[in-house]
Amino acid sequence: MSVRYLSCGDTAFTVEFGNQISPQINGQVMALHGAIGAARADGALKGVVETVPSMRSLMVTYDPMATSRAALQPEIDALISRGLPAEAKTRRVTIPCCYDDPEFAPDLTEVAERTKRTPEQVIEGHLKSAFTVYVLGFMPGLAYIAGLDPSLYLPRRSEPRVRVPKSSVSIAMNMTVIYPFESPGGWHLIGRTPIWLFDQRREQPVFLAPGDHLTFERIDRKTFDRIAAEVEAGTLDWSTLVKE
Amino acid sequence: MTAALKVVRPGLFDTLQDRGRIGYMALGMPTAGAMDRIGLALANALAGNPAGMAGLEIGVMGPDLLVEADSVRVALTGPLSPALIEAPDAPPKPIESDRSHLLKRGQVLRVGMIEGSSTAYLAVAGGFALPAFMGSLSTYARAGVGGFEGRKLQANDSLPLKLDHAPPGEERKLAAPFDYGHGPVRVVWGPQEASFSEQGRATFIGADYRVSKEADRMGIRFEGPTIEHAVAVEKGGADIISDGIGPGAIQVPGAGLPIVLLADRQTVGGYPKIATVASVDLPRLGRLLPGQTVRFTAVTVEEAEKLRREQEARVARTIADFQPARPAGGIDLARLYEENLIDGVVYEPAPA
Repeated sequence: MSVRYLSCGDTAFTVEFGNQISPQINGQVMALHGAIGAARADGALKGVVETVPSMRSLMVTYDPMATSRAALQPEIDALISRGLPAEAKTRRVTIPCCYDDPEFAPDLTEVAERTKRTPEQVIEGHLKSAFTVYVLGFMPGLAYIAGLDPSLYLPRRSEPRVRVPKSSVSIAMNMTVIYPFESPGGWHLIGRTPIWLFDQRREQPVFLAPGDHLTFERIDRKTFDRIAAEVEAGTLDWSTLVKE
Repeated sequence: MTAALKVVRPGLFDTLQDRGRIGYMALGMPTAGAMDRIGLALANALAGNPAGMAGLEIGVMGPDLLVEADSVRVALTGPLSPALIEAPDAPPKPIESDRSHLLKRGQVLRVGMIEGSSTAYLAVAGGFALPAFMGSLSTYARAGVGGFEGRKLQANDSLPLKLDHAPPGEERKLAAPFDYGHGPVRVVWGPQEASFSEQGRATFIGADYRVSKEADRMGIRFEGPTIEHAVAVEKGGADIISDGIGPGAIQVPGAGLPIVLLADRQTVGGYPKIATVASVDLPRLGRLLPGQTVRFTAVTVEEAEKLRREQEARVARTIADFQPARPAGGIDLARLYEENLIDGVVYEPAPA
């Protein structure tokens, strides 16, 4: 297998497995992530600080006081050429989402115009998409979820918003993401879920995991408010959202 | 009674930071940590602490802190203008930065403004008695985790201290302010320099970029000439499949202006990153103020690694060269006796 090494300064580099989003490529990324973790547990790969998986690449961060790019890259190459195991795992997760409040969906009209659809067709496209969680990142608990209906593909906004509200549901390219916190962001906001993707009160603060299969369920504002109150109070039964 | 520093008046953006939350980026958890690792390391060394202990990162303007402990040794680093010590029974006394100070119960440390930098540090001997989150005390305010209640300091916060009196020892200072370097900021091309046209890369390296008002712990948006992508933005030229973001990554969204991503940066992102600031110059970025101007220059990975190792050796030499610092206004015998009684240990005063 041929990979590309991309420089991220003198404390990291990225190992790129391909130029597409596919379960096979993502599987290789997660496998190298696991293999480096195992090698480090055995005392190898001195100087590696951590590894950060994404759709089609793995970033390896290192301490230039303990190692160097020139020493580390051949060691990673050797790991890859020894062969990486494939990975598989599925949960089915349903995310309730309210699309009908303009405050929750400020970009719905623009997305409809740019994709030459009605707002209702945009919502239907999102609801019928078969999504898979590819990677966690950007901020704690944020999942990049691929599988958006092709009729809704758009690039991200050219100027990111300074503030996107917590639990906003958004789309761009072939993906959907849900913001775990208020933060800056460049995606199109088409709805909001009452659930929190990161809740530090829970034993497992991060809700979604790589490999999860995911669909959205349309809810009205009243249902949104009811579930939001349960989430806030910590009384929501999260298992109702997940089928193992 | 628990020893503490009480926030009488908060500064603009004071957060507890250590060297960062390491090992959780795969869960999407940013590292956070000190914007200027050198300032924190020197403050810790002056206070007699290990290098990785959490200190208070002061953003632009610092807090007023009331000492609620028998005594506490603090160390300040950064260009403060100058800090003051106030007590009910004495006139305010200016104190220097880049050294340690012994404070007593009832005194108020007014940290004040930082001049010519956005960032300064305060370390306390023995550290803060606060719980770590995911192995670190670094505050990550967007998620409300780490530090003091996961946020910047507010009035009436009481920061618990590990020690309720300062360990014995003399006050120390830097022999000279640490030189963070001048001239262009060193960067390494990549990871996505190929997403930019030759002209775009030349613009980035050749032009002056000014720090905009949108500059915080997450990153700095620069203003200046726009950088051309290799493929038109309307055709997805500013989109990549999201990948990991290292410290100092310089992303260029469709609008063409560079954003340098710093301590609180997201773990992955989907804008192309033209270059990455060499780690030797990250502390300089962490100190920039809105309106200041920088230029970028490219070095290789090997050069950047070498520069970093030389800088770390210089930090170690700076610490080895610490000088004894006499109390302002000469040796205060009464104070020395008092502290000896508190400590129960007699030690030699600093040589005159």
